[in-house]
Amino acid sequence: MKLTSWGKYPRIETALESPADTARAVARLEKAETLIGRGLGRSYGDSALNNKLVLSSLRLDFMESFDEETGVLVAGAGVSLAEILDAFVPRGWFLPVTPGTKFVSLGGAIASDVHGKDHHVAATFSRHVAWLDLWTPATGPIHCSDTENADIFHATAGGHGLTGFILKVALKLKKIPSGFIRQEMVKADNLEAIMDSFERYAALPFTVAWIDCLQAGKGLGRSIFMGGSFAEKDELPARYRARPHQPPAPRALAVPFDFPSFVLNNWSVRAFNALYYGRAPKGLSKSVISYHSFFYPLDAIHNWNRIYGRRGFTQYQFVLPKETSADGLPKILKAIAESGQGSFLAVLKLFGEQPVFDGNISFPMRGYTLALDFPITRKLFPLLDRLDSMVLECGGRHYLTKDSRMSGEVFKRGYSPALDDFLALKKRLDPEERFVSLQSRRLRITG
Amino acid sequence: MATMLILGAASDIARATALAFACEGWDLIVAGRKEEILQKIAADISLRSGRTVKTAHFDALKPEEHAVFWRDIEEETSALFCAIGFLGEQERAQHDFGHAETILRTNFTGLTPILSLAANTFERRGRGLIIAVSSVAGDRGRASNYLYGSAKAGLTAFLSGLRNRLATKGVTVITVKPGFVATAMTAGMNLPTRLTATPQQVAADIVKAVKKKRNVVYSRWFWRSIMMIIGHIPECMFKRLKL
Repeated sequence: MKLTSWGKYPRIETALESPADTARAVARLEKAETLIGRGLGRSYGDSALNNKLVLSSLRLDFMESFDEETGVLVAGAGVSLAEILDAFVPRGWFLPVTPGTKFVSLGGAIASDVHGKDHHVAATFSRHVAWLDLWTPATGPIHCSDTENADIFHATAGGHGLTGFILKVALKLKKIPSGFIRQEMVKADNLEAIMDSFERYAALPFTVAWIDCLQAGKGLGRSIFMGGSFAEKDELPARYRARPHQPPAPRALAVPFDFPSFVLNNWSVRAFNALYYGRAPKGLSKSVISYHSFFYPLDAIHNWNRIYGRRGFTQYQFVLPKETSADGLPKILKAIAESGQGSFLAVLKLFGEQPVFDGNISFPMRGYTLALDFPITRKLFPLLDRLDSMVLECGGRHYLTKDSRMSGEVFKRGYSPALDDFLALKKRLDPEERFVSLQSRRLRITG
Repeated sequence: MATMLILGAASDIARATALAFACEGWDLIVAGRKEEILQKIAADISLRSGRTVKTAHFDALKPEEHAVFWRDIEEETSALFCAIGFLGEQERAQHDFGHAETILRTNFTGLTPILSLAANTFERRGRGLIIAVSSVAGDRGRASNYLYGSAKAGLTAFLSGLRNRLATKGVTVITVKPGFVATAMTAGMNLPTRLTATPQQVAADIVKAVKKKRNVVYSRWFWRSIMMIIGHIPECMFKRLKL
């Protein structure tokens, strides 16, 4: 069958299997020659693709237990973040860390070690995983956590499925006073102003900015900053106070088909950005909105990836160390603006401290991260190659979850020295290199 | 709160539908043959919905046990959802009559005792809800699955009669006819994506059918038109089609 991930690039011929339970999954794993695991397929590029066998966790979708005292939920790796929210927000619990989509499986969230708007206070997803059960070729099923088989745990977090197949996860949920967010929005005229906002609002648990990448010159870095924290019950609009944990469900829209590729061009994106920026009130504005609209605005539009047409798109996300950001970000933004290939969705965020472990190749580090979408065109890859070297010069690196085109050299320079330990452990757990993705081949992590 | 009995709870359609009803506020008894998987399903639904979910042992192929099974849960049960179904292998059933009988019993005759027991109780009470999953395969026999189809046709007629009998007695009887659904039963079949529903979509259709007090519900809705057309093809043409 044809299989592709969220960016619709690349699209390959392969076999997708979904074992119905753990025993069948293990039996399949034991006889597979080469494979990669997959959850909901929301990684953008080729990290969940293998030409021979892609093994889905989606039928390992049972919630097993929940401890009201500690907030620890034990569930199969195929349970999605959306399902956890549906079940637990009404009872006053929330995900400890959430990415910009809730349509991610637990296994996928760990394999990508996803981050959210609260990285500066909560770090990445795996920091809230109490333990996980993994299957590796060398060990079979193995229980790992921060304290037990810690090296395997740390390599699996952010390891993009290359250490083994995640079977079961224990996640620590957190208590929330309501299902609503008190949002503060600030318009920033340029890059200096937006970086200033991130510092000023660092005490807020959730911070992010939308940035207009087509602006050059004086308006370079023009953006809208959004900060937020969970609202207390008495801050809610009166009609929601009786049921503070049941915000209204968003109305779902769908993109019914792939848009023709001429729909998105420099001018239509420019017009969208101008409207979006112009609509936001001047200066500071405050509001109380549901967690759906704050965390998952795009989830309300199913298949939004279709607006990029049949050829697909790539998301380019990198991080620069904080020390080099003030110097490096304007240079990179300028190169993007000059290329005229920028996109709707450019997101800027200041990461906080990311704990460092041997063999852990999670993406974040303290500094600024920028994520933008580019429709796939012939002109695109030379531009991205140029941006790659600018990112490396600043001591930065790229997010594998979004990647479908980076070179092995760029990857290696971005992720050493942790990479050497990761590769050594990979060799030990999977000596015959059975866990292989298109990405791991391209990046020369595997042969 | 009212309790619904789910028969054949380990099937994908039953699991999704049971969860949907639990989220509507029903407590559940999930019944079937495999205790281990029932425990998993009960824990999962209970965690997701916050409702009480119990398990019970039920085997459609042992009708002699049905009276005792029903007696134990009769008092607390005010609705029944039956999703028991077994596709079997058509070709094998053409020669192996034991297999043919298993198909007929699992899909039809093995269900009539428990459906009747529930119907009698609900009739006496003057209220109750019976929902059973039949199939579009029961609307017209086809070479590829007519043993399964004829059993489902029997079930459909049985439910229609039951509805007729209980219509004035305060008991609702709903026949569900799913078309293609992506489940363990159809795993490995090459189903057309646009016509194939998820178990969750079927579950939502069933919950809606209860709210709207529907009699016969196709899921997805467009199967009603598809089956209308298939039903009207003259037999002299139909017999030559490869379906």
